[in-house]
Amino acid sequence: MKNSSNNTNSLTDKDVQHVASLAKLALTKDDIKKFQKQLSEIIHFVAKLNELDTQDIEPTSQVTGQENIFRDDVVKKSLTQKEALANTKRKYKGYFVVDAIFD
Amino acid sequence: MNESKHEPIIGLEIHMELKTNSKMFCGCRADWFGQEPNTLTCPVCLGLPGALPVPNKKAVEWCVMLGLALGCEIPLFSKFDRKNYFYPDLPKGYQISQYDQPLAVNGWLEIKSPTKTTGDEDTSDGGEATTSTPPRWRDRKRIRIRRVHMEEDTGKLLHAEVDGQKCTLIDFNRSGVPLVEIVTEPDIRSSEEARIFLKKLHQIIRYIGISDADMEKGSMRLEPNISVRELKSAQNTSEVTRLPAGRQGRGSSDGEGIKEDLPNYKVEVKNINSFNFAKKAIDYEISRHIKLLNNNEIPPQETRGWDEKKGITYSQRSKEEAHDYRYFPEPDIPPIRWTESQISQLKSQIPELPDQKVHRFMAEFSLSEYDATILADIQETAKYFENALSITPGVSLGLSRGSRITPKTIANWIINKRADITKTTPEELVKLISQKSQVVQMDEKELEAIIKKVLSANPKAVSDYKSGKEQSLMFLLGQVIRETKGKANAEQVKQKLVQLLKYPGV
Repeated sequence: MKNSSNNTNSLTDKDVQHVASLAKLALTKDDIKKFQKQLSEIIHFVAKLNELDTQDIEPTSQVTGQENIFRDDVVKKSLTQKEALANTKRKYKGYFVVDAIFD
Repeated sequence: MNESKHEPIIGLEIHMELKTNSKMFCGCRADWFGQEPNTLTCPVCLGLPGALPVPNKKAVEWCVMLGLALGCEIPLFSKFDRKNYFYPDLPKGYQISQYDQPLAVNGWLEIKSPTKTTGDEDTSDGGEATTSTPPRWRDRKRIRIRRVHMEEDTGKLLHAEVDGQKCTLIDFNRSGVPLVEIVTEPDIRSSEEARIFLKKLHQIIRYIGISDADMEKGSMRLEPNISVRELKSAQNTSEVTRLPAGRQGRGSSDGEGIKEDLPNYKVEVKNINSFNFAKKAIDYEISRHIKLLNNNEIPPQETRGWDEKKGITYSQRSKEEAHDYRYFPEPDIPPIRWTESQISQLKSQIPELPDQKVHRFMAEFSLSEYDATILADIQETAKYFENALSITPGVSLGLSRGSRITPKTIANWIINKRADITKTTPEELVKLISQKSQVVQMDEKELEAIIKKVLSANPKAVSDYKSGKEQSLMFLLGQVIRETKGKANAEQVKQKLVQLLKYPGV
């Protein structure tokens, strides 16, 4: 988050709105106030990690030590159309249906 | 007039589906085109909770091979990342892609530039090329490749009306199909260069055999990004277009020529599915930008769509909000680490590529660049040509004297489509050519007799010719050919005719 590199680790209203729009959430003014506080607290808490000395520690996103896990290019059985659509409320002629998206 | 003061700056992004048997991260069949909707899905490609994606080895290897064919470096370490956004065609809420450590980086593709650049002195700056690279042609230009990476395709959306209600239908058969993204540096300077680049890339992809790259089925999709810069003075145009080959190139040591101040905006045109549309969309954008710039306006940075019916681009408002994909390393997929020998093993699997083939045809068979290029255009044609050559007596040993059939003859037959090579085997073609060329090579004595007969029957034409009337030759030629009943070829007759006119006694 570009705005939060300051010491306070507080989010602005704008930050909250931005995150909400990325998550496709519509927030009221009160929501924004509430989440601004809550999210700031979380960030503040996570920022505690900064107290650790990580100078000699290599960044990693993997802890299993595994590498090169692949599968061969072999076709396996897929779900049937009925199975694929089993948990959706809206379907039409074998398709999932959602509200119209404009491009 | 104003156009000479502006220079288009064009980069390309190309997406291409691989033709593996199975999808990128699961075992569902990848060949989705024309299948019943939602019949090629599983928990992985439907984004159901708890599913574990496992990369398709063949897809990853093919992506590396394409990178190698485009002269890229293959970093020994690579990984997948999550690109987060919400759209109904993306059931997981993120696309598995590659962010900062793609499979291939810093390559180039050489194209024949449609505009002849003068002062083109950097043909000898070699050293970066791979050993198998043919020497560079003078009218060539290198388009640098920034990266080639691996990702997955999304589901397909259909806009429809159900019970009078507008809605969007989703088919997830395409979800998770292996997708390679190729990104160029902004080295392209005209729509025609872009078209030539794309055609060549398409050809290489087809040669390696990793994708159908079928534009109509959407297995290859194009996204040009365009901006226009104003040139301070006209004469540095050609220098500016000469970008250094290979590496980053920004800020090369001595300031000569390369001024890389790119415009501070660019417009992306999305999802174009034909080379000609790409060319048209680019031209449309260039003139739109120039108009704005001439009004002292800077075209807004945005994503636009292409309307093929109207031949225009249009602003896509919905995608205007700043992209914030919050990339992070895909925790479900361990990273990739190559050994040097794995890379060279993959390199050895790359077939002879079009440029190399053209050079070899020119060197080995003394074909013109034009002929060699046409033969090498499609791999099957080149193969057919070489098969025909290999069974032509004498030719393969370079002895074209024994046999009348030269590589050039065979090339001509194929290029001029004198035989349908989809229906004629190479053996049949060679037989056909030798039959024809025997007929064509009419007995010299017989031909001479016919010519002499025609000459003595047309004394006026003969004297006209001798007094300098060239048309008389054509008249006599026609007479002789009629007499030979088409058994002799025109060139042979003409030579003999001229000879006999000049030296009637021989």
